[in-house]
Amino acid sequence: MKHLLFAALGAAALACSALGAGAATLDQVKQRGQLACGSNSGLTGFGLPDDKGQWTGLDVDFCRAVAAAVLNDPAKVKFIPLSAKDRFTALQSGEVDVLARNGTWTSSRESDLGLLFAAVNYYDGQGFMVRKKLNVNSALELNGASICVQQGTTTELNLADYFRSNNMKYEGVVFADVNEVIKAYDTSRCDAFTTDVSQLYGERVKLVNPDEHVVLPEVISKEPLAPAVRQGDDQWFDIVKWTHFAMINAEEFGITKANVDEKLKSDDPGVRRLLGVEGDFGKGLGLTKDWAYRIVKAVGNYGEAFERNVGQGSKLKIARGLNNLWNKGGIQYAPPVR
Amino acid sequence: MDSGASRLETAYLRETPAPTLPPPALSSGALGWTRKNLFSGPISSVFTLLTIAFAAWTLPGLVRYFILDAVWRADDGAACRAPGAGACWAYIGQKFPFFMYGSYPREWVWRVDVTFVVGAALIVWLLAPKLRGKQVAAFLFFVAFPVLGFVLLSGWEAVGLPKVGTDLWGGVLVSLVVSAVGIVVSLPGGVLLAMGRRSRLPMVRMASVVFIEVVRGVPLITVLFMANFMLPLFVPDNWSPDRLVRPLIGVSLFASAYMAEVVRGGLQAMPKGQFEGAMALGLGYGRMMRLVVLPQALTKVIPGIVNTFIGLFKDTTLVAIVGIYDFLRTVDTARLDPLWAGPSISTTGYVFAAMFYFIFCFGMSRYSQYMERELSKDRQR
Repeated sequence: MKHLLFAALGAAALACSALGAGAATLDQVKQRGQLACGSNSGLTGFGLPDDKGQWTGLDVDFCRAVAAAVLNDPAKVKFIPLSAKDRFTALQSGEVDVLARNGTWTSSRESDLGLLFAAVNYYDGQGFMVRKKLNVNSALELNGASICVQQGTTTELNLADYFRSNNMKYEGVVFADVNEVIKAYDTSRCDAFTTDVSQLYGERVKLVNPDEHVVLPEVISKEPLAPAVRQGDDQWFDIVKWTHFAMINAEEFGITKANVDEKLKSDDPGVRRLLGVEGDFGKGLGLTKDWAYRIVKAVGNYGEAFERNVGQGSKLKIARGLNNLWNKGGIQYAPPVR
Repeated sequence: MDSGASRLETAYLRETPAPTLPPPALSSGALGWTRKNLFSGPISSVFTLLTIAFAAWTLPGLVRYFILDAVWRADDGAACRAPGAGACWAYIGQKFPFFMYGSYPREWVWRVDVTFVVGAALIVWLLAPKLRGKQVAAFLFFVAFPVLGFVLLSGWEAVGLPKVGTDLWGGVLVSLVVSAVGIVVSLPGGVLLAMGRRSRLPMVRMASVVFIEVVRGVPLITVLFMANFMLPLFVPDNWSPDRLVRPLIGVSLFASAYMAEVVRGGLQAMPKGQFEGAMALGLGYGRMMRLVVLPQALTKVIPGIVNTFIGLFKDTTLVAIVGIYDFLRTVDTARLDPLWAGPSISTTGYVFAAMFYFIFCFGMSRYSQYMERELSKDRQR
């Protein structure tokens, strides 16, 4: 009796999940009238609710951009805060349509977890923060320094590798909890503090005197943070990927939230194609031809989103660095819309 | 003359009672109290001195940090970051709406307020022994209030209240909804399960035992995790229940199973004579339980019941793990705001959260002690 019941349940589950996987994500989103976006449950600059509970951040703006392209309303997003360990399950199970949660793009996550990372919307990497008064300008000058680091993280391993490969010595000051690491650094128990650069800036604002600390230019690991979707729905993958590319292209063409309406009259064929004045490049994606116009109108171009959330317009004041456009010294590059 | 003579004969007797002397200074007043309660013996004295030393060591610092040096008014984190600044209460004030309502649209928070006020009024009516009309209150609280709360909080287009998805609910609102549902469901659920477990019908007994043991044998986190991330794998998109409803069901089932064991303890403590007496009076099972057994059994286990409630209230924070913004999670998130972030923000936030939970739990505990005294008056001398 019991076995029968379980068998029936299992069969029903299989049938249903097959059904779920078959339906196109785009249609589901349109039918629901809302994009389900897996976001960070709290990361300064990337995904964080403000005083009014409105979500803000670079990843949040990315989801709003997708919603603008698909539903023509950046507000039609349901943010589902996910922890690091259940984020991929939530995406696999269909709980969220897109996962914009500062996830690092790695090979195993694509091959083993059945995910596809669409495009890198933030190039992160491990860096160092030191006190300005130490007069250190490069991580290579940190020989013999004591360095605060969180225990059991890849950060700790990268640190060891970096110092060994550069023939330098360091004294690790290790804590299990990241808050303790910050506290130790702030109370001068170590000379430097290392973790991902975006987090360094996020933690810096919590210190007693943020202006007395500086993030060194060296980035010793690759942490490309990218929004992810499920495998098996190429159309949806394209939409998410091209949402990012549209934002990059808009910045390259100098199209901003403020001037996007003017730019509709532009003579530049690239601008005209991107904004849907010429040709219909949204159709192939299953979107309308003004899809990119909607994105820029709603959240602005990539540079605007960056500066507003993590750059000079925010408290974090992260430099563009690698995240600058390819023609301005960074590596953000988008294929053309044509 | 006569009396004079007799007075002479018994001159050694006192004429008037001896004046009442005040008790020795050491056994009355503040000194006496101190001596009796704080220095009644060497061990007690040592502990008293240690306690005083501990208080003297910690209290000044705490008072300075949380009251004297605290920042009460500020527009952003700059004032709280100043050297020597203590707790940043200004930040709590600024973030208070977020702590209360989470992302609930600000133009509609009056709906939450109304629900809170009506709920609080009904609870007072229901719980204060002096107020009359308990049956009306119970009807309103258990039947009318949930409907009202659902319409107000979730919205009903027909009466002009737009829908507010539960993904926008948060803060105290979520904590109270989860614990209220858990508490309201678990008591009757627990009583039914406990009676089922002691039932003479084998199917009923087996079902109750299996339910209780299975639910108690699995951690709540696992159930919440399964409900929120695995359930969508098995059911189509539009079938799966709301993200907030899933933990509500999980928490209710859990609390019921624990409550069942508490109530069972009360039922087992009842002397057999009570059952037999009730049966001898010709009462059926239902009336025997309702009129004779349960009132006594439940009174006996009030501490256990309240203990379960308090545990449940604090366990509601676990819903944060499945991405629901309960009160503690809002505190945890708000401290990351770069506008406020600073060394004192986390401390202030967590102390505020601790005070919130303490007030609720201590309130429940005091009320239960009061009820115990009220209900056991017949057994007091």
